[in-house]
Amino acid sequence: MSLFAFLGAIEIGLIYALVALGVFLSFRVLNFPDLTVDGSFPLGAATSATLIVAGVDPVLATLVGVAAGAVAGLITAWLNVRFGILHLLASILTMISLFSINLRIMGKPNVALINQDTVINLFTWLTPTIESLGLPARATLKVMVLAVIVLVVTLLLGRFLTSEFGLAMRATGANSRMARAQGISTKLHIYVGMALSNALVALAGALFAQTAGFADVTVGTGTIVVGLAAVILGETMIRTRRIVVMLAACVLGAVIYRIVIALALNTSWLGLQSSDLNLVTALLVGIALMLPGMRNPLKSLFRRSA
Amino acid sequence: MIAVQDVHVTFGRGTPLENRALRGLDLTIPVGEFVTVIGSNGAGKSTLLNVLSGDASPERGRVEIDGIDVTRWPCPKRAGLVARVFQDPMAGTCEALSIEENMALAYARGRSRGLAPSIDGPRRGVFREKLAVLGLGLENRLGDSMGLLSGGQRQAVSLLMATLTGMKILLLDEHTAALDPRTADFVLQLTRKIVEDQKLTALMVTHSMRHALDYGTRTVMLHEGQVAFDVAGDQRRGLEVPDLLKLFSKVRGGQLDDDSLLLG
Repeated sequence: MSLFAFLGAIEIGLIYALVALGVFLSFRVLNFPDLTVDGSFPLGAATSATLIVAGVDPVLATLVGVAAGAVAGLITAWLNVRFGILHLLASILTMISLFSINLRIMGKPNVALINQDTVINLFTWLTPTIESLGLPARATLKVMVLAVIVLVVTLLLGRFLTSEFGLAMRATGANSRMARAQGISTKLHIYVGMALSNALVALAGALFAQTAGFADVTVGTGTIVVGLAAVILGETMIRTRRIVVMLAACVLGAVIYRIVIALALNTSWLGLQSSDLNLVTALLVGIALMLPGMRNPLKSLFRRSA
Repeated sequence: MIAVQDVHVTFGRGTPLENRALRGLDLTIPVGEFVTVIGSNGAGKSTLLNVLSGDASPERGRVEIDGIDVTRWPCPKRAGLVARVFQDPMAGTCEALSIEENMALAYARGRSRGLAPSIDGPRRGVFREKLAVLGLGLENRLGDSMGLLSGGQRQAVSLLMATLTGMKILLLDEHTAALDPRTADFVLQLTRKIVEDQKLTALMVTHSMRHALDYGTRTVMLHEGQVAFDVAGDQRRGLEVPDLLKLFSKVRGGQLDDDSLLLG
């Protein structure tokens, strides 16, 4: 794999790290299987790309995209909490409606961001330094900016989840009856958690549009699988009870996942092509899910032969 | 003071399974009283606790805590007034969280939760001090997951959590029913100590007539969603389990046919 392909894998891995953090929040913290993310990822992309093309400051455009994601999360939470619609179904309803909404926002199936100002361009002053190190300037810059964003988000989220409010959110997902008896408004925590989760995913979408140079209405397909794959890979690799380490594991899971995918697709003797991405993803997630159940398969092999 | 006035609760109204759990129940508990509640299955004991905690909402009647009408308050809003220990050791604590995180959740009961760290040095000190009272060595295992503790240990911690901050009434819902006799005894002794030391108003549901008479200052028997009898003071002091059974038959004017009542 070339350095360029490697940087590309890390770049997309860091973007999906934000999705993984959002999925961790809904699936693991709130115990709320949320498929809204398949819609909120392109929502973040569509909103920010449309605004950037319209001449809005890229940072503001990104923030609007993030807010839109939060609203999507709130709608799913509202359907579930207020009307008692099964969480999975509530999130699917929001997800499919977002497909139409994203088309409305963009007014067409995709928006190109060629030669537009993006958040990455705020850091072009670093380019000479990167070039002096002999690295590909644009690709390295993107990775650096994304790495800083992911680091800041991870630390903030870790701090949030150990706060009184965040701890109450974890109790809401782990044992809602106990949470209520301890005076925790489980409804409020589901609303806030779902908004936060989808805001993170929309941030990933907004950054995706700005690093890839386009927003497309289909870009969200399979977001939930990738996010979940990263969370599960992270959990399989790092077992811990410290919340900030769990978050770091999600980030690591997302990056490793993309590197493995890039390796698989770039290894010519495997004969895989880019359209095999979903198959490779399913295999990878399947293996990650099986691994914890069959600890040390080699050990039992040795024992049998002995 | 806790006042329950003419409370009616019906589950599955209008269906073949309609269950009139409470049928005009009246009960007044003055401050500092430790009431034990007995009654056969379906007598309305758990529903009474749920009405007090806000988990069940009465269709008629009124619930007052210290003169405040809380009848329509949802469970989280009442948490500052009502603390509860569940029957199931798994229900009252979060097994995915650590001991200190569980304690921290209880420590913030009844006030708003902000972005300040849930656990800091001084709080850890408080938790350690409280846990040391149990004599189970848990004060040195603050970071351990709650799931590692036995049922008895978890109930003991639940009890500590319920009494960590102030409340107007402590609800104990057969909180020793899932424990072996020795552990149950330990948790009951602990309950008595905490209730007496902190001069709490408490309501304990139990299936054991023995415990109902040995603990607390007043005993109430429920039957078909109403108070069947209510004894306290001198009248209660002389009572033994067989007297309790006789009293029950007299009040209801019928024969006892529920084995669970005889378990003594």
